[in-house]
Amino acid sequence: MNPAIARHLDFLLVGIGLLAIWQGLFLWIGETGISSPLQTIRHLGALAERQMFWTHAWATLDAFLRSLLIAAVGGIVIGLWLGIGKVAGQVAEPILVALYSLPKVTLYPVILLIFGLGLSAKVAFGAIHGIIPVILFTMSAVRTIRPVLIKTAKVMRLSPAKTAWRVLMPAALPEIVTGLRIGFSLTLLGVLIGEMFASQAGLGFMVINAIGLNDTETMMAVTVLMIVLAGIANVLLLALDHRLHRRAG
Amino acid sequence: MSAHAALAGVSRVYPGGDGRAPLHALGPIDLALRPGEFFAVVGPSGCGKSTLLEVLAGLAPASEGTVTFEGSPVAGAVPEGVGVVFQEDASFPWANVYDNVAFGLQGSGLDRSEIDARVRSALAFMGLRDFASAYPAQLSGGMRQRVCIARTLVLKPRLILLDEPFGALDAQTRLLMGDEVLRLWRETGATVLLITHALDEAAMLADRVGVMSARPGRFIDVVETGWPRERDSRLAERPDFGALVARLWSSLRVESIKALGHT
Repeated sequence: MNPAIARHLDFLLVGIGLLAIWQGLFLWIGETGISSPLQTIRHLGALAERQMFWTHAWATLDAFLRSLLIAAVGGIVIGLWLGIGKVAGQVAEPILVALYSLPKVTLYPVILLIFGLGLSAKVAFGAIHGIIPVILFTMSAVRTIRPVLIKTAKVMRLSPAKTAWRVLMPAALPEIVTGLRIGFSLTLLGVLIGEMFASQAGLGFMVINAIGLNDTETMMAVTVLMIVLAGIANVLLLALDHRLHRRAG
Repeated sequence: MSAHAALAGVSRVYPGGDGRAPLHALGPIDLALRPGEFFAVVGPSGCGKSTLLEVLAGLAPASEGTVTFEGSPVAGAVPEGVGVVFQEDASFPWANVYDNVAFGLQGSGLDRSEIDARVRSALAFMGLRDFASAYPAQLSGGMRQRVCIARTLVLKPRLILLDEPFGALDAQTRLLMGDEVLRLWRETGATVLLITHALDEAAMLADRVGVMSARPGRFIDVVETGWPRERDSRLAERPDFGALVARLWSSLRVESIKALGHT
């Protein structure tokens, strides 16, 4: 069989399998716990007709894009800087690794006190989730660039800024995209957790609110929507990631 | 005739630290490259050949002595007009062959048509015309090295430094690349310094061959080959070619044994 078709078939089988497990769980647990796939899709359609849903969705998207921008730009710049500066990188790396493995929820009270309830706290919380993998991947990519490429930049008489932009950045790009892919998921996670615990807007708030009201259908519909969107984004980023790594050979 | 590029009393000592003793890698060494000549440097492994090239290029500072290029001191940066081709593959994997070759010209203030003309002519010169849109990962080692040579060529260097550029290639490819370097040297009129560990390569390509001692490297012999400017790898068939290689080896043999003992 054509490998491309086989791969698509695998995807389809995994999808069908997940739906079957979901339906099975629904039959076993019953309506008080979860809603069935069909109910969930129907409810999602009903939600989409309500203005309130779009307000929340927009609030999440707004906060997410801002966090992602901070995580991506900040992470790349800091990662390049730490990758070039050997001492700074050696000092920062263990700290960053520790921060990476720290459950960042423990920092949320501090962030709330600094930023207050609302958009800025969500953005900050999303950004601190996403920025660390971007920094770590960028930093290690810059460190492992073959020295001969940097020597070539010197022979071409490039300034440090041009060397960073024209040699270090593209050489590190495949790894940076890997970092961004992980950063993307974590930023979304951070924003949603932020909305769940201290916010009056956003899809995270909708989910936690629905749990409070025992509105299983809304909780499931929003959760499934987020899973699907994050899944699609991740598949696209993964494809880009593979492509860049293949080209770098 | 004044030297095109020169080293005067140059030595290079790598500072110690972390419990390591300082390493005296090179010199003191004197070298005056005549304008337009092809000079090859041979020496035992670890004798500081590559250090010599880096110091001459301005990639590494001399610990002592002075380095000059076209009458001006070289310090801290690579002077305009100097091109370097390294042993390791230095092609940029993210750019296709065309963009690799155009790299040094982009952002140089030249207009696009001039850049395009120079890149096309370098690609044609190095036999890469049909590979302009290929990526380095799709090319053989020899082809990638041609890309690096073409990338240097478009900048019209007046001094070309070659650091064992064929070291990673197989023997036949090396001979053919040698012919290409000779053609490049003739047609550009540039001064060429070639670092190599292959005696036959040095004997075939160069006007003069400098033989270096074991570390710290110094010149123990400089041999004029006396070959005509029009020459190619068929030199290897001449009887006096064998005599030249034998002469180089007799200078180098003792030093190579010393170098083995060092390591």
